[in-house]
Amino acid sequence: MDLSTTYMGIKLRNPLVASPSPLSHTLDGVRRLADGGAAAVVLHSLFEEDLLSQAEHQIALAEAGSESSPESLSFFPEIPGADAEPRRYLSLLERSAATVGVPVVASLNGASPGSWSRYARQMQDAGAAGIELNLYASPAGPATAARTVEETHLEILGLVKAAVALPVAVKMSPYYSSVGEMAARLADAGADALVLFNRFMHPDIDTDALSLVPGIGLSSPPEARLPRTWVALLRPSLSASLAISTGTHSSSDLVKGLLAGADVVMATSVLLNHGPGHSEVLLEGLSAWMEARGYANVKQFRGLLASGRNVPSRERVRYVEALRAANAVQAGTW
Amino acid sequence: MTGPVARATIDGNEATASVAYRLNEICCIYPITPSSAMAELADEWSAKGMRNVFGSVPAVVEMQSEGGAAGALHGSLQGGALATTFTASQGLLLMIPNMYKIAGELTPAVIHVAARSIAAQGLSIFGDHQDVMAVRETGFALLGSSSVQEAHDMAAVAQAATLSARVPFLHFFDGFRTSHELNTIELLSDDDLRALVPQTLVRSHRARSLSPEHPFVRGTAQNPDVYFQARETVNPYYARVPEIVEAAMAKLFDRTGRRYHLVSYTGHPEAERVVVAMGSGAETVRATVSHLYARGERVGALTVRLYRPFPAAELVAALPPSVKAVAVLDRTKEPGSFGEPLFLDVLGVLAEAHNAGRRADMPMVTGGRYGLSSKEFTPAMAAGVLAELARPAPKRRFTVGITDDVSGTSIAYDDGLDIEPGSTTRAVFFGLGADGTVGANKNTIKILGAEGLFAQGYFVYDSKKSGSQTVSHLRFGPEPVKAPYLISQASFVGCHQAGLLDRPEVLDRAAPGATLLLNTPHPAGEVWGTLTRTVQEKILGKDIALYVVDANRVAREVGLGQRVNTVLQACFFSISGVLDSTTAVERMKQAITKTYARRGPKVVEANLAAVDRALEGLARVAVPDRPTSQREADAPVPADAPEFVRRVTAAMMAGLGDTLPVSALPDDGTWPSGTTAYEKRGISDTVAQWDPELCIQCGNCSFVCPHAAIRSKYYPGPELDGAPAGFASAPLRARGLPGTVYTLQIYAEDCTGCGLCVEACPVSAPGQPDRKAVNLAWAEPLIGPGRQHIGFFESLPVPERPRVDFGTVRGAQFLTPLFEFSGACAGCGETPYVKLLSQLFGDRAVIANATGCSSIYGGNLPTTPWAKNADGRGPAWSNSLFEDNAEFGLGLRLAADHHLSLARQGLSTLRDALGADLVDSVLSAPQRSESELASQRQRLAVLSDRLAGLDGPVVDDLRSVLDHLLRRSVWIVGGDGWAYDIGSGGLDHVLASGRDVNVLVLDTEVYSNTGGQMSKATPLGAMAKFATAGKAVEKKDLALQAMAYGSVYVARVAMGADPEQTLRAFREAEAYDGPSLIIAYSHCIAHGIEMRTGLDQQHRAVASGYWPLVRYDPVLRAAGDNPFLLDSPRPRLALSEYTGRELRFAALARTNPEEAERLGALAQEAVELRWATYEEMATRPAERFPADARKEG
Repeated sequence: MDLSTTYMGIKLRNPLVASPSPLSHTLDGVRRLADGGAAAVVLHSLFEEDLLSQAEHQIALAEAGSESSPESLSFFPEIPGADAEPRRYLSLLERSAATVGVPVVASLNGASPGSWSRYARQMQDAGAAGIELNLYASPAGPATAARTVEETHLEILGLVKAAVALPVAVKMSPYYSSVGEMAARLADAGADALVLFNRFMHPDIDTDALSLVPGIGLSSPPEARLPRTWVALLRPSLSASLAISTGTHSSSDLVKGLLAGADVVMATSVLLNHGPGHSEVLLEGLSAWMEARGYANVKQFRGLLASGRNVPSRERVRYVEALRAANAVQAGTW
Repeated sequence: MTGPVARATIDGNEATASVAYRLNEICCIYPITPSSAMAELADEWSAKGMRNVFGSVPAVVEMQSEGGAAGALHGSLQGGALATTFTASQGLLLMIPNMYKIAGELTPAVIHVAARSIAAQGLSIFGDHQDVMAVRETGFALLGSSSVQEAHDMAAVAQAATLSARVPFLHFFDGFRTSHELNTIELLSDDDLRALVPQTLVRSHRARSLSPEHPFVRGTAQNPDVYFQARETVNPYYARVPEIVEAAMAKLFDRTGRRYHLVSYTGHPEAERVVVAMGSGAETVRATVSHLYARGERVGALTVRLYRPFPAAELVAALPPSVKAVAVLDRTKEPGSFGEPLFLDVLGVLAEAHNAGRRADMPMVTGGRYGLSSKEFTPAMAAGVLAELARPAPKRRFTVGITDDVSGTSIAYDDGLDIEPGSTTRAVFFGLGADGTVGANKNTIKILGAEGLFAQGYFVYDSKKSGSQTVSHLRFGPEPVKAPYLISQASFVGCHQAGLLDRPEVLDRAAPGATLLLNTPHPAGEVWGTLTRTVQEKILGKDIALYVVDANRVAREVGLGQRVNTVLQACFFSISGVLDSTTAVERMKQAITKTYARRGPKVVEANLAAVDRALEGLARVAVPDRPTSQREADAPVPADAPEFVRRVTAAMMAGLGDTLPVSALPDDGTWPSGTTAYEKRGISDTVAQWDPELCIQCGNCSFVCPHAAIRSKYYPGPELDGAPAGFASAPLRARGLPGTVYTLQIYAEDCTGCGLCVEACPVSAPGQPDRKAVNLAWAEPLIGPGRQHIGFFESLPVPERPRVDFGTVRGAQFLTPLFEFSGACAGCGETPYVKLLSQLFGDRAVIANATGCSSIYGGNLPTTPWAKNADGRGPAWSNSLFEDNAEFGLGLRLAADHHLSLARQGLSTLRDALGADLVDSVLSAPQRSESELASQRQRLAVLSDRLAGLDGPVVDDLRSVLDHLLRRSVWIVGGDGWAYDIGSGGLDHVLASGRDVNVLVLDTEVYSNTGGQMSKATPLGAMAKFATAGKAVEKKDLALQAMAYGSVYVARVAMGADPEQTLRAFREAEAYDGPSLIIAYSHCIAHGIEMRTGLDQQHRAVASGYWPLVRYDPVLRAAGDNPFLLDSPRPRLALSEYTGRELRFAALARTNPEEAERLGALAQEAVELRWATYEEMATRPAERFPADARKEG
């Protein structure tokens, strides 16, 4: 059985990639994900704003009370500043890339144009197999035009592509006005892969404490339908690699992603729930399904259910059918 | 000279360390002010892998004390390594035994000393030569530097000379004045150092080391037959030293062009009057003499650099034959001596030279003391000494710089003398530690240094750890700045806090025609009317140009909060004229971009914006031609303060302590208690405010308040009659006391706004989760009414102690704190424990306090926080030393026990006369509970009355020890640096003594007072100074060690996690008739936390199992129960949820993530292991713990 695939130009032993999660915060976690069967590991994002605010906070703490008392003009040895390289992230990347047997992809979320390319270069030097751009930003103000947002994202991609020789993936938002067009523009601008989609951790409200609390981070299986649909739509027209990054909870989700046309399917929640070794279970399920249908390799069925060329009318028909079916759902008894 | 000369503006410590580090292989270190920075730099350089000139990375090893450092130094040297240490003051004294050994064995080494006072009638961290003079008999050569440049150069000369001479050297320079003065110097390159210290000498040293390959015995015990002769064998080595040092100085001259001699003469070639000095004072004398010589005076200055071996021939040769009078200045005091050491040396040398015919005339030689504890020594004083020599009958022994109205030693001088060249710009800045003034000035020095100017910066800090004031003295000029004294005639004065303007010093330091920049919220058109009459008069009298800016507003608006430094720095550059204003703004912006890049782009942008906005907001004030104000500044202390406080303390508070004469000061170091109550500092913009409606009166806020600024009382309702408007109260929430009222009084001017009370408050307003029963509010509107409220509150009756339930936090709030308003850091984690001690036991406590934070906030003048209650009783407090505190406390116990025994004997003797029933009840009183203690007090009062009717020696004796019949509570208080390191041996011994002492260890897990160096209490994985790479050894379990004796009561507490357990432990420890040890988790600014979160961190420390709360009570063991009580629940947080919130751990994750991960995992394991051990102990039967073997009675 040949499960191998190619994603952003990198040959992978199978189509299951571990996407960023708390498991990829430590070398041990990355190792366990690789040992568990994942074909590649995407590290958590290097968030520049977090780095800057952390450095700023640390320096403020280190300097608190300094230059005040003749005996204790300072309380700390020199603390690295915001301009220091993000050693913690790069060290994890370097050690992961050197010790695990699968490609390790770094994920980047910059805060300024200059920093995207600087960090990307540092990631390349630290041994990343590829870079995933996490284009998440706080919701833009109401005055920002959609085109401005898109141009900014394309500019960032251009900067990073120019800075590194590595393949670069873009983790897309599902909220572009025209996801399809944006995907095509990103691919034209050199994106080696598109990851569908970024999930935004919107906060919740605690009605007792009257405060905002972090939202729940784990996905559910129905969430895979949106990226799967878009993969199916984009597959025929795009040569860039495509990844589904949401809602993978079973081997059947893996199969569905591949049928829609994804080159890889990413898993997070399921590995957090069942442990990094659960990749094995998903891959065994995939193999069993392929065996039952007589597929010897992934290529034979990948994109089988991708959309044809006549996209708008076929989609319209499917949409209407789906809507009708949804409206027919029986309400509960009460 | 060879190669281009590199210049840098650095301080004396760095100048010295840079040479010492590059010329040594091992640094044995221990922190002590003002030398700590040398050790810190060596540690940082070593951690970064910086190499010495021989190509290796020096090993830097922190020891448990200076005694330990000296031992390790001795061993390293005997092992053949090049080794050094850095120290000062008490630290140097602890090195004395090893110094004799090192010298006796003719071992090359250099010890670098930032010379400092010795603790005598009081401790002082400041500079003089008492420490180096105390080691002049050890056999070390003593080489003194008088400036930052010299400290750099002499460090190299000393190292070169010691290897040639085989005599060890002590290189010293003045603590603070040189160690902390920034000055532009020329740096010695590695090649310079290699040229001075040839490798062959290093190899010879190595060849003399202990080695089994060529074995010998060194360190024999010698007897009367040979010791004496053997001691004389070294003479030739000492005889060669002057020549060797002179040769090293000559070599230095060849390479650098800087000329030094063992003894240097400056002045008129046919001088008649000469002053001899060492250290920075010598530079002042040289400059003054040059000034006077240029005006034709026949005066000279003799600088002694090599003090031991004393260069007699060189001194005689250097002194012109014309000299008729010599004044020798000593920066030390040797009570009872014929004269101070340098004076005696000079006198002896000249007398002998005259005697032997080498000098025709014997000049008159006088000896004077100056500059003790960094007392200013100015050109005016130097000129005063020369003037004294010109008088018909000069004082043979004198002091200069003080007014000695007791012994009449002091000489007069003309304070107005100004010798500084007009090309030097002089500026002084008055600010607060928190406003960034010092940092900005250091930045200014860098900017101007880069413009090719020579710069000098010296910074004066007050002794408070919160709200401290700073004065920056900056000089710039085209020539090197040689003026080691404060600026008295500034052409620019920056007053960065409007409230400081009334300090006399601010305008007294202004030269006529100076520019004054005032940071004030008032616009230029209104500011004049806000000034006091005195300030207006000074401005007019000195024709001062007044500029104003509202730096706080600008800083706030650009997002810099309280950091007004950039705004004011921009204004300085704009109006001072040191650079043309366009260049200045450009350079400042470049510097901002560079300096603040490490803080991130937002901070850079905010500071750049601050520059532009500052210049827009800067305005010159049109000053009228006469004073218009009728207002004067408030007196520093209230009119009803005690006479001593009004006369002495108030002057010190106003910055006029230098003007106090000798007679004003206590002669044996005894000062009155409770003087912080008179110093209303008002250092915080926001202060605590009580909400009586919400409050549940739990007492938590008062319990945790580090500054005793939250007090509570309950009292009968009618007492409220006559209460001032707005005085807050609420019905007491307690059963059985109807009509009783409760008040929580905030002392707003003493509150530091730390917010611990808000964090400790358990209630929130409905619908307003952030609103507590205590909140922070703007201070200004609360202060005026608050004064009246406090006055009324203090007039309310104090709840009677026996009626207060001490067993609960709720009850403890009603006990009067006898430790109040200290200058500790805002939100200090130590002082709540100290305050609790004072509340519970203060009226019968004697306290031995180790040197450290607690001795500084506890005993640093001008005001001290240990107070008295309404009966005039309170803690008697003393600080002996750092290393001996447990022993000192034990001594207090021994004395108390002895006096108790005398009292009991006396009572027995006078039993019939005093009444058998009374005597018996006094002798058998249990005195454990508060009511029992109150009964004993009453009995003793009766006893005292009865004694008044008797007389005779036995009666007199009994009267002198009667107070000991009330159980005395002896406390030994100190930090972890004392308990785990320097005082560890003594503490261990005292705990093993079985005596009734109570030890409180305020465990901040780091040397807090000296700026955050690692101790053995520092946790595994934490970063600290001397552990830049993270501490790789687990913290010592002091509690377990103490438990091993079986006779020690032990508790580990954390007030923020379980205040009731803390309270219980304090009471049990004190009640226990034997040694007790309380280890108290004390969050600290050196942990790198927002201090407001200190209590939450305590909670996390306990919840993660890092700081298990335990008690070990031998009384339980004696009763057949398990004495080990595990008071905290099983760990329920990962260790990282505690450590991740503290910079000391988090910083390592950024600098060395691999190591942080490794140490973090090991630390988690260690927590689990210790918890398992404790759990097992908590379930052991009693007999598996050691019995208390002490005998009854």
